[in-house]
Amino acid sequence: MAIQILMPALSPTMEEGTLAKWLVKEGDVITSGDMLAEIETDKATMELEAVDEGIMGKILVPEGTENVAINTPIAVILEEGEDAGDIEDVAASPVTEATPAQEPEAAPAPAPATVAAPVIEILSDPDLPEGTTTQRLSVREALRDAMAEEMRRDGNVFLMGEEVAQYEGAYKVSQGLLAEFGDKRVIDTPITEYGFTGLGIGAAFAGLRPIIEFMTFNFAMQAIDHIVNSAAKTRYMSGGQISCPIVFRGPNGAAARVGAQHSQNYASWYSHVPGLKVIAPYTAADAKGLLKAAIRDDNPVVFLENELLYGEAFDVPDIEDYLLPIGKARVTRAGGDVTLVAYSIAVGVALEAAGLLAAEGIEAEVIDLRTIRPLDMETVIASVQKTNRCVMVEEGWPQSGVGAEISARLMTEAFDWLDAPVARVTNADVPMPYAANLEALALVSPEAVAKAAKAVCYRG
Amino acid sequence: MRYIERITGLYPREKMAKKPARKAGTRKPATARQKAGRKRGRKSGSAALYAASAKELTAFYRSMLMIRRFEEKAGQMYGMGLIGGFCHLYIGQEAVVVGVQDALQPGDQVLTSYRDHGHMLAAGIDPKAVMAELTGRSGGISRGKGGSMHMFSLDHGFYGGHGIVAAQVPIGTGLAFANKYNDSDAVAVTYFGDGAANQGQIFESFNMAKLWSLPVLYVIENNQYAMGTSIDRASGVTELCRRGDSFNIPGRLVDGMNVLEVRAATEEALAHCRTGKGPMILEMKTYRYRGHSMSDPAKYRSRAEVQEMRAEHDPIDQVKRRLLADKIFDEAGLKAIDKEIKDQVTASAEFAQESPEPEAAALYTDILAPEAAPETERG
Repeated sequence: MAIQILMPALSPTMEEGTLAKWLVKEGDVITSGDMLAEIETDKATMELEAVDEGIMGKILVPEGTENVAINTPIAVILEEGEDAGDIEDVAASPVTEATPAQEPEAAPAPAPATVAAPVIEILSDPDLPEGTTTQRLSVREALRDAMAEEMRRDGNVFLMGEEVAQYEGAYKVSQGLLAEFGDKRVIDTPITEYGFTGLGIGAAFAGLRPIIEFMTFNFAMQAIDHIVNSAAKTRYMSGGQISCPIVFRGPNGAAARVGAQHSQNYASWYSHVPGLKVIAPYTAADAKGLLKAAIRDDNPVVFLENELLYGEAFDVPDIEDYLLPIGKARVTRAGGDVTLVAYSIAVGVALEAAGLLAAEGIEAEVIDLRTIRPLDMETVIASVQKTNRCVMVEEGWPQSGVGAEISARLMTEAFDWLDAPVARVTNADVPMPYAANLEALALVSPEAVAKAAKAVCYRG
Repeated sequence: MRYIERITGLYPREKMAKKPARKAGTRKPATARQKAGRKRGRKSGSAALYAASAKELTAFYRSMLMIRRFEEKAGQMYGMGLIGGFCHLYIGQEAVVVGVQDALQPGDQVLTSYRDHGHMLAAGIDPKAVMAELTGRSGGISRGKGGSMHMFSLDHGFYGGHGIVAAQVPIGTGLAFANKYNDSDAVAVTYFGDGAANQGQIFESFNMAKLWSLPVLYVIENNQYAMGTSIDRASGVTELCRRGDSFNIPGRLVDGMNVLEVRAATEEALAHCRTGKGPMILEMKTYRYRGHSMSDPAKYRSRAEVQEMRAEHDPIDQVKRRLLADKIFDEAGLKAIDKEIKDQVTASAEFAQESPEPEAAALYTDILAPEAAPETERG
């Protein structure tokens, strides 16, 4: 029977890709190991290699086609003795293989019929000038632009990390930077987090402004001694003599199906430490404005990104030198019934939950903390004074999480405004499982948030 | 005898002195004669000694004596409860920092571990500011907020004072990175001990320093005991100057009890680093007379061993004998210097007790950069 070639999943987060180029044509003899096509994923251009032998029978998806979902049949290979007649059968037959890299977010039961795919509207910053135009940028592009702008502005800014230069970033965040700034300022390191983090801190002590990229923050655990003991504390220990203007950045939290050691959220770890600032943006605009601010800040800043957000596009204000203040939360959705507080990818979960709640007549106000340290409790409390209820949404473990801090602060600073105990919706208190169904169960979901919100509203 | 054996028995010293950049793996095995020399405890005598002028020799004497008397005073004040927490004394190792510091140029940076008082005094930092930091007073170099292990002075190119074993090594490598980035010819002198020499981050730093040819001089102060563990109980290879072998970083063994040998070796090593040849390692074989910290009774070594070091290799006595032999000073002249230094140390101790404790408000300053006020404290 003829063999179907399917659009492959070439990264843990890939859902679709572009069939950039066919390297074979119909009628070609295919040997195992031949390069069949070039496929652009969310991170890179990859070559698709033949596993089976035969003759290229038919190309089903022409080159240049974008947004080809994984597992879409893209070609048919004929085995010995087969002819064109066999192609029709195969091309028409449904895909029976299991979806290998399905996103956990897609797994939960479909939303009630009354709610279409939740529309996520991000309220713009209130102080944006009237008539500001925007451009659609992915978080990945926004981060790159932020670094590039700051590197153009200040010769002391440099980027250092694993695969940031020639490879252009393991997640393609530093695309184009080596070409523009050269290898003096975009520096590939050996795989030695402890060493290059300490080295970056020494460079910062000497007055440079390093951006240290961790391929993921999971690996920064090898370097956390330097982040905490050397970067955060030296200003204090030196009686104010030594500044450490450095940014530690990279993806944080769970990606998809990468298991327990690669799926941890470190926001509360770093937010515990005086002397650090901690930022965890959700939108591309915030990623850009806050990363620029972080690079200019004279303090060590831990900048927590999220791999699953890199490819998400948002409107970014077309403003020259778009800087945002560190330490300011934002009301992302206005509502009067319950306050949902979140940061990073959980803001998306909260917004989806708000959509579910709206269908039931509950208007949720969604607050994106954006900065975890210093915490903007003023904005949170102002919202709670209006709604009298708060649900903290956090894609991380519950104990000693950022939600625990918000909850404690609300109890001491807004006790009289609360009509219900603060609720927390977090990941399950377990190491991240690999199995798709278990992973989906471990992560925060809009449904769980909606349920908690209804509970604090004493409904449902 | 342990010191003698170690200091003389490692490499053919003449060759090391001539060719500090000797590559790893090309070293010839020791000849029978050399081996015999080791057994007899033969003194090398062949290492280059710095030809110090009378003025320089006097300056070395004064600097080393200042550190010795300062540390003795600090030990005393610790005993009186005026200094708290950890306090690591440098007594015995004075020749290392004095010899190294004298070879530096303005703009060079220095950083070390928590045994840092001597490095600060050698760098020219006011003993009053160091002693007042030990007593936790506002007149301390870190305004009382750093303590014995965490002191800094940008004015003197002194970048700490680091309390985590070996943490200063990648940081010093980063200072060197900045020197290269800024096209400066400054060298970052990064001290660490024989205990730190086994830390993983040392090797990560060596690798990057070599890879990027960074101007960093690693000075290993091998005082032979990592807290209570002697070097042969902690290191598979005890010749620490060879730690850079697999990175092709040249290393050299130096008698760290002899300030003139330290001075000469440092000058050569700095020239290597300063001229774009990348990092270099100097292993200073030295000895601390006191315990690791104030609470260490030093039961892991014999009294005789310490006595032998003090009697035969004391760095200050060596220079003192030279000053007398060369008739630069007579006993009375040296006594006058002793008195002068003692008075300075006494003044620093008085200052350290008179200087007020930091204001309570200092608790919340210096956490973040001035333009961004720290979060106010809560309930």
